[in-house]
Amino acid sequence: MTTLANYLLASGLLFAIGLAGVLLRRNILIIFMGLELMLNAANLSLVAFSRFHMENGLPNYNAQVLVFFIITVAAAEVAVGLAIIVALYRAKQTTHVEDLDTLKF
Amino acid sequence: MQLALFWVFAALMLLFGLGVVFFRSPISSAMSLVMSFVALAAVFVTLDAFFIAVVQVMVYAGAVMVLFLFIIMLLDLRAEARRPVNLLAWAGGGLVVGGFVAVLVKALGSDPALHMVKPALANPQVNDVAAVGFTLFRSFNLPFQIIGVLLLVATVGVVVLSRKELK
Repeated sequence: MTTLANYLLASGLLFAIGLAGVLLRRNILIIFMGLELMLNAANLSLVAFSRFHMENGLPNYNAQVLVFFIITVAAAEVAVGLAIIVALYRAKQTTHVEDLDTLKF
Repeated sequence: MQLALFWVFAALMLLFGLGVVFFRSPISSAMSLVMSFVALAAVFVTLDAFFIAVVQVMVYAGAVMVLFLFIIMLLDLRAEARRPVNLLAWAGGGLVVGGFVAVLVKALGSDPALHMVKPALANPQVNDVAAVGFTLFRSFNLPFQIIGVLLLVATVGVVVLSRKELK
C-alpha cells in the first residue's frame, strides 16, 4: 500500500522540478510555468495530508477546501501575470529575463 | 494495484515536469505542463479526492493552459529558441535543487510517522463532491465570498493591464 512518504516524495520532487524551472530557464513564460508546478506540488502534499489524517472515517475536507482556494487564486494569478508579461513584451519586445536589467545596479 | 497506479502516474507527472524545464520550445513546454497536470489529477484520484481531480483538469489543464498557449501564440517566441547556455547559472541552480532534494530525502527517511500506510475509508462510496461542498459553504462561507471578489478584481486588473495605452 502507498504510504504518506511516497506522496510527500512525489510532491517534493515536483516542487524541485518547478524550482529548477525557475532557477535554470531564462524565458519568463517558462519561469511562470515553473511557479505553477511548485503550486501544484503544494496542492499534492495538502491532499495527501487530508487523506492520511482521517476524521471519523472521512478524509479531512478542510485541506481540500484550502486546495480549492489555492487553485482559484492561482488561476487569478496566472491571468494577471500573463497580462503583465504581455504589457512587458509590448514595452521591451522580449521575454528573456537577462534583457530586463533596468533595475540592475 | 493502487500502488502501481500511483507510481505510474507519479512517474508520468515528474517526467512531463522535467519536459517543462528541458524542452527548448515554449509550446513543447506548455504541452508537457498540460500532461503533468493531468497526471497530477490522476494522483489526486488515488487519494480519493475526486472533486479536486476534476477541478484540476478543468481549471489547470483546461483554462490556465489555454491562457498560456494564447499568450505564447500572441508573443511569437520563435526567435528566442537559440541562446548560449550560462553554465555557471546552471551549476548554481543545480546545486540549489540538488541540495533541496537531498534534504527532502533525508527528512522523509528520518521520521517513522511518515511511513504510515493509507488508512481505509469508513465508507468507500462516500460522496466526495457533497462533502467538499458542505465544508466550503458551512465552515468557509466568508472566504468563499471574498475569493469571488478577488476574482472580480483580478479580471478588472487584467482588462486595465491589457489596454493599449497605460496612463
